[in-house]
Amino acid sequence: MACSKAWTRHVDEKILTEHFGLANLYEIEAYLERGGYRAVTKALQEMTPDGIMDEVKKAGLRGRGGAGFPAGMKWSFVPKTSDKPKYLCVNADEGEPGTFKDRYILTHNPHLLIEGIIIASFSVGIHAAYVYIRGEYEAVAQRLEQALAQAAQKGYLGKSILETGFDLDVFVHRGAGAYICGEETALLESLEGKRGHPRLKPPFPATVGLFQCPTVINNVETLANIPAIIQKGAPWFLDKGLAKDGGTRIFGVSGPVVRPGIYELPVGTSLREIIYTHAGGLKPGKKLKAVIPGGMSAPILKADEIDIKMDFDSLAGVGSMLGSAAVIVIDEATPILDVLKKVAKFYAHESCGQCTPCRIGTSWIHKIIKRMSAGHGEKGDVDELVRLASNIKGKTLCPMGDAASLPVLSLAQKFKNELESCLKDGSG
Amino acid sequence: MIAGLSSELKKKIAEVVARYPKKEAAILPVLHLIQRETGAIGADEERWVAGLLEIRPIKVREVVTFYTMYHQKPVGRFHIQVCSNLPCSLMGGEKVIDHLQRRLGIKIGETTPDQRFTLSEVECLGACEQAPCMMINFDYYGDLTPEKIDGLLKGLD
Repeated sequence: MACSKAWTRHVDEKILTEHFGLANLYEIEAYLERGGYRAVTKALQEMTPDGIMDEVKKAGLRGRGGAGFPAGMKWSFVPKTSDKPKYLCVNADEGEPGTFKDRYILTHNPHLLIEGIIIASFSVGIHAAYVYIRGEYEAVAQRLEQALAQAAQKGYLGKSILETGFDLDVFVHRGAGAYICGEETALLESLEGKRGHPRLKPPFPATVGLFQCPTVINNVETLANIPAIIQKGAPWFLDKGLAKDGGTRIFGVSGPVVRPGIYELPVGTSLREIIYTHAGGLKPGKKLKAVIPGGMSAPILKADEIDIKMDFDSLAGVGSMLGSAAVIVIDEATPILDVLKKVAKFYAHESCGQCTPCRIGTSWIHKIIKRMSAGHGEKGDVDELVRLASNIKGKTLCPMGDAASLPVLSLAQKFKNELESCLKDGSG
Repeated sequence: MIAGLSSELKKKIAEVVARYPKKEAAILPVLHLIQRETGAIGADEERWVAGLLEIRPIKVREVVTFYTMYHQKPVGRFHIQVCSNLPCSLMGGEKVIDHLQRRLGIKIGETTPDQRFTLSEVECLGACEQAPCMMINFDYYGDLTPEKIDGLLKGLD
């Protein structure tokens, strides 16, 4: 087994899920007892906005939503001299199939996120933040609203927080069922009250974002890491990772494993270790066929490709991606055509319709796969899927074109023989 | 004007609208609040919201039809939404859908004649560790089996 001992050195140290065992951690009293809001106090009373930004940059914190952009750098793109208001949008849309980590943070540890929001806002000079949370998470949104009210009541939100003169209001904004709104510019459009149609970039949201004002958009898990960076310092955080980037990731494991769930482990933990050590391996009688390592958009890995470090660069190196760190385990009994059908249906349904290659391409792909699935596949269909998917990739305004294209390409290429055996005149 | 929006709801709507520098931005939360009371966003509701937020009614229609959670016609008293995405289907999501269709005597997208149940197929609900999963109205249920579903349906008043 290629997973060396060095890869497991920090397993017992958690940043985000440390106190998840406490039943009432979402109540501010319980959170305060566990040292909560000390990071906010330190940041606002002992640090400068620039000092905070530097610390976050040095910590090597990369965005946990999917793209992995360095968080500190993102903050620094917001112009300091602008006379417009600045906004923070927290991306809690969590729609990438296989992903459920932010739901855990929001449900069990909402104050950790609120601390992250306060510190980020103070650093960038923001006085209004919106948490865009997927519409289905109604109960989760209520929990967050309650936590926000408690924080305000204790003086951590509102006017002159901790008597520093710094003001911040945080609002919860529920989406209404659209995968595309997890894309940051579609999220902005949606938050402004429109259909979730992604915007052309540039201009980037850091300069022209929400209501045409400078805006930072960060994922829930990204912000939830900020308090620990402030409390314990960038070197400590950086050292937590087993790769170039710092910290832990909350890996969400789903599919036929013994213990599906979330596992907070160092960035760079091996995929084999996540599946076999933490999630307990496959259920009795099941054999591993393939893994989607970073949410449905991530190109698939075959069973013999799982000795890989789960960090952005390592996965990019093998042509996949870490994305939202959602690990979907697929067993031998599952036909790849079934996987492909689910992938194709999802993107055909969720394409916002704005760019022609994505709107038309995803539905053509879905139609061909439905036909193959019904037993009417024809010679050349797999090549046609590759051709269609290649014609979406890189030809759309937003990354959804790539997200729809890459899994189809990887499935069609890595499992070509199996898929061709489903065709009418297939030789298999 | 919509008949009979409660004054409590109108107060809540006013609070929500005040959270944004532009009124239009409040459309999603306002539609959620109204649908909760009226069951659907029909043409009357669209016009009312357009008036409130000072936008054209077509803008409201665009939003209502873009997002899957708004209904132009009321759904049944219990709206069952089953995930049919990959993580759930790997764990038997298709069987859950088959069982519900047989048990309720309706197909995906239909409502029972007594307006009690509507059955919908949805994309990933973000609860893949409990696959297969579904929602009944706003409550999540996971690790579903036919027996568990029968028990859940019996428990609904």
